[in-house]
Amino acid sequence: MARSLITLPERVSRGESFRVRTLLQHPMESGFRAGADGRVLPRDIVRRFRCLYNGELVIEAELSPAIAANPFIEFSVRAVDSGSLLFEWTGDQGFALREQRPLIVA
Amino acid sequence: MAGLARRQLLAAAGGVWLLRPAQATPESLAAALRDFSGGAPLREGRVQLDIAPLVDNGNTVPVSVAVPGAPAEQVLALALFTERNPQSEVVRLQFGPRAGERLLSTRMRLATSQQLVAVARLADGSCWMQRVNVVVTLSACLE
Repeated sequence: MARSLITLPERVSRGESFRVRTLLQHPMESGFRAGADGRVLPRDIVRRFRCLYNGELVIEAELSPAIAANPFIEFSVRAVDSGSLLFEWTGDQGFALREQRPLIVA
Repeated sequence: MAGLARRQLLAAAGGVWLLRPAQATPESLAAALRDFSGGAPLREGRVQLDIAPLVDNGNTVPVSVAVPGAPAEQVLALALFTERNPQSEVVRLQFGPRAGERLLSTRMRLATSQQLVAVARLADGSCWMQRVNVVVTLSACLE
């Protein structure tokens, strides 16, 4: 099971933009590197990252092998209503992870 | 007979060419930029690309792209491209209705010293970019 680390404020005020930082444990094998036996290791990357806020899209990112191992993504969200943020990563070899975090808008 | 030898030589040369490691070229960078902008002319400015000019280790390089000037709703998408990594594309980002400031920070790989290009696509169809040159001491491992 892949581990992820998501940092966001617990409470924000309405209309404010706040930063969210996400870090995912993943090798991001580029598909350009040879293993110990000299054969090219097959590509295994996270291709897509999506963040939804109460079902509405915040950002959707398309990643490539040029993103470093353990992909880190920081972005900004506009606070509208209390609810939750949903984070979704999908990638090669059937990789999929969903995480949810509550958010209080005062 | 001479024709056959020539054909063999060409085939061998083709084989050698295929063995070279993959690398993006200025042409593939231009093609990727065209694909993202949809043919709109790329103008310098508005986009801010932050990266250390001298990178010790190409395996994880912090990089951030932002569009500080334009009104947030105006900016639809951001992308980052490289000149000499195996592929031109690094990341493409679409902003949804709940996005705040138009910014993205991530960590990337750099295969060698090269130029990076950040592009923003605005609602009015215009595209803005910034180019930055970086020097890489230790490359991201590709071989």
